[in-house]
Amino acid sequence: MTEITKELVEEHGINNDEYKFILDSLNREPTITELGIFSAMWSEHCSYKSSKNWLKKLPTKNNKVIQGPGENAGVIDIGDGDAAIFKMESHNHPSFIEPYQGAATGVGGIMRDVFTMGARPVALLNSIRFGDPKHSKTKHLLSGVVSGIGGYGNCMGVPTVGGEVEFNSCYNDNILVNAMCVGVAKIDKIFYSKASGIGNSVVYVGSKTGRDGIHGATMASAEFDDDSDEKRPTVQVGDPFAEKLLLEACLELMTKDVIIAIQDMGAAGLTSSAVEMASKGDVGIDLNLDLVPCRESKMSAYEIMLSESQERMLMIIEPDREQEAKAVFDKWGLDFSTIGILTDTNHLVINHHGKLKAEIKLDILESGAPSYNRPYKIIREPEFDKSKVSEVLDSSIDILRILINSPNLCSRRWVWEQYDHMVMNDTVLTPGGDAAIVRVHGTNKGLAISADSTPRYCSADPQEGGRQVVAESWRNLTSVGALPIAITDCMNFGNPEKEEIMGQFAGVVSGMIEACNTLDFPVVSGNVSLYNETNGKGINPTPVIGGVGLIKDLNHFSTPLIKRENDVVILIGKTDGYLGQSIYAKEILNNTSGLPPRVNLENEKKIGDVVRDLINIQKIDTVHDISDGGLLIALAEMCIAGNIGVKLDLNKEEMNHGFLFGEDQGRYIISVPKSFLSSTIKTLEGKGIYSQNIGETRGKKIIINEQDQISIETLRDLHEKWFKEYMEG
Amino acid sequence: MNISVIVFPGSNCDRDIALSLKKFSNKDPLMVWHQDHSLPESDLIVLPGGFSYGDYLRCGSMAANSPIMKEVVKSANNGSTVIGICNGFQILTESGLLPGTLIQNQGLSFICKNTPLKVENDSSFFTHNYKKDDVINIPIAHNEGNYYASDDVVKDIEDNELVAFRYCDQDGEINNKTNPNGSIKNIAGILNKNGNVLGMMPHPERAADSIIGLNDGEKFFTSIIESLQ
Amino acid sequence: MKALVKIMPKNGVLDPQGKAIENSLNQLGFSQVGNVRQGKIIEIEINSNNEQEAKKIIEEASNKLLANLVIEDYEISFLKED
Repeated sequence: MTEITKELVEEHGINNDEYKFILDSLNREPTITELGIFSAMWSEHCSYKSSKNWLKKLPTKNNKVIQGPGENAGVIDIGDGDAAIFKMESHNHPSFIEPYQGAATGVGGIMRDVFTMGARPVALLNSIRFGDPKHSKTKHLLSGVVSGIGGYGNCMGVPTVGGEVEFNSCYNDNILVNAMCVGVAKIDKIFYSKASGIGNSVVYVGSKTGRDGIHGATMASAEFDDDSDEKRPTVQVGDPFAEKLLLEACLELMTKDVIIAIQDMGAAGLTSSAVEMASKGDVGIDLNLDLVPCRESKMSAYEIMLSESQERMLMIIEPDREQEAKAVFDKWGLDFSTIGILTDTNHLVINHHGKLKAEIKLDILESGAPSYNRPYKIIREPEFDKSKVSEVLDSSIDILRILINSPNLCSRRWVWEQYDHMVMNDTVLTPGGDAAIVRVHGTNKGLAISADSTPRYCSADPQEGGRQVVAESWRNLTSVGALPIAITDCMNFGNPEKEEIMGQFAGVVSGMIEACNTLDFPVVSGNVSLYNETNGKGINPTPVIGGVGLIKDLNHFSTPLIKRENDVVILIGKTDGYLGQSIYAKEILNNTSGLPPRVNLENEKKIGDVVRDLINIQKIDTVHDISDGGLLIALAEMCIAGNIGVKLDLNKEEMNHGFLFGEDQGRYIISVPKSFLSSTIKTLEGKGIYSQNIGETRGKKIIINEQDQISIETLRDLHEKWFKEYMEG
Repeated sequence: MNISVIVFPGSNCDRDIALSLKKFSNKDPLMVWHQDHSLPESDLIVLPGGFSYGDYLRCGSMAANSPIMKEVVKSANNGSTVIGICNGFQILTESGLLPGTLIQNQGLSFICKNTPLKVENDSSFFTHNYKKDDVINIPIAHNEGNYYASDDVVKDIEDNELVAFRYCDQDGEINNKTNPNGSIKNIAGILNKNGNVLGMMPHPERAADSIIGLNDGEKFFTSIIESLQ
Repeated sequence: MKALVKIMPKNGVLDPQGKAIENSLNQLGFSQVGNVRQGKIIEIEINSNNEQEAKKIIEEASNKLLANLVIEDYEISFLKED
């Protein structure tokens, strides 16, 4: 028997107090298998010990929410008996170590979270962040991550419809790979993970268990150091083909009412699925590990319990339905093995080779899990120094040329053309817009989906940043005409044991709470990834928001693409020309300090609700929200997409860089046919919303004035240039 | 009219093609499982896109050896009509029903985009509603779509007017710049000599729905359904 | 001199390709076929007459580029030239 030394306990990331609690609760020393189980369940990744006291405060309900946080994924009602089921999750550290497999298994994992609830996955999105483009690892990591995401999603036949890519040196040694999946199910056919029925069988299905990713959950929450190379062999390899079979087999079995509860084996594998399912159902669970299908010989109980082999599920079914269930998995060529039974003991009991390897009262693992109120300090940047702005002499078009060809504003075509974004034939709006639109199969309604974050705002003012990320997600969905319903969040932060990092977390969550409440946009699922830090240097706080909204009638939605000449271009929302934390400030002024733009949530809601009405009722079909890069960048994107120019008509006070490149929040650009103009203006004025005509769609150029103009063709070439040259150069 | 869509483990465009066929024929196609040893009586057999058997080893190689493919080959040799799209095209070349092979894209990465094609053959069972030299937009989505065959095979294909579609630009220009994957002579789809087997990399089923914004694939389906009637 | 670098998935690392080939062979009736693993072979011409020196160079190339040491092992051998 392995001796449990102080070092061994430490290696498992369990601190003195936690270990003392284990000793007291068990009334004895844990076995090595038990130590592994405690370590996995109490890792930051599974227990949310640093974050849960904050996360609890997030709003999680509205009249469309069917299931909030706590299940495999969140569930919302999208009408007609249909539900959308979605979640976002990080796979940051594994992707840094092995970019292809790390990203691929991240995509695989998030899809399992969705189809385990009975939903067919219909859309994938991803939010990926890399270091400085000049950093030696960036290109290799980016190329591996993109092929990994594509490799898995394409093979599964689920379209990857949107997402974002950001470069910033704070991610040099800590890239972020967040994947989101949205699925659709019937409301009366949703499957949950709560085990029930003493005597029912615990069934293992899917691929075999190998030594993949052992210590994965522990690794995913540990800070990197220069010895990270040593931790390499633990990376999992994804098998999208096996997952495709698992998906079809699970959905086929789910039509038969055989499954009582089901959960995928993700982080901490068999341990977390068994413990969580039993705990939720308030039952005990006995497992015989001799019955677990293994890929390798001589695996120990410890290894079997902690393996993170992919493409596996745990189900609870009645013993007399086993044959029926097995037949489905046989058809798809997947393993099916009854490995245990539900008991009334409230204990997790594990036997292997005839020996008792673990016996733990479940509430010690779950409710006894540590939870910390870590000290925090919220730090904000000083006021933005705008004195340098007047020294910039370049014309606005020259600035536009630079920005549209810069790493963070250029076209992401190189990325999304490697993803099958069309399979399933329901992708109505493809990547590159504000939000993707995916038709709910067989209906005339659509889901609008977006995934994004603005970490530089969150770093400069965590609370304002928290408000902004939620507001921007809401705005993106509104821009296409959708009613925003709920979000999933993926919270990527540094080391929470440092009070300024915990302050970022606390500040961002507080801001999010305000925005979620005001916009009626609750959180239904999510994931926290802490310790994104290398050699003491943390990433920018990066709360990625995955928003889902509903378009009831696909005859009325809008896109950023300009569709006609002679439309009037209207800017909705007030422009102050504030440049703090803008892309302009970074790229042109080389200034990354100062506060971000303010979000006025009441105003945000008022404006967005009217924009949505304009789309749904008054048939406005061309809308783009203004975000990174400001007004002129947004206009350029609209012109490039539609291959139609705009002649701007601005007064003298507006001819400045602040007006054209500032990132004031709560603004939209719409393009309105003249026949609709008076009714549009009347609606806006009637609701007391500030708007101004800024020009007309016309020709093939953006014209600011006689001296300052650029052709759409030149703009497009610049827009498409950077990424391709960077990756292929 | 009976249409069979063969479903391999890893097929993922089976539902899409079945729905398009239903839309134009008003009849549900039969979905045939790869392990079936007999083929239902079919006027048209479709091998859909996807990643059959994970496309491990070589794309389409394992599917070509599955029990049902023996029946498909037999049926095709007896004159049944067979279409292979994307992975289906790869399976057709692997099983010897069409000449040549599909290798990895020249750019070494997966490409998904709407692509202009030039119609080369407007008299076939599958394409007669198009006009020769029409430029149509049909999406591609593949990693191994680079058509390759030896010089004499290509000559034979061209001499017999068996090229169905070639990659081009919106003006119909056919050259290296308008070749998305490196296919020899920009070949995107070919027919067999009897004209009863078609393989193509582009996905017409993704271009037959106005809400998606693409409908150049509609004539592909109307051609087939009219031929079958 | 010609070197052959044989690259295989590490023991214990999941090899989906090998597994799928194995299943397919079994299905085709090759019932004697057991565990299958798929790797790759890279042939490299190297300008050197000293096998030890050449091996060092190829090792470096394998560590840096040819093999993904996270999930793969490699073996170097040399071909006798005719």
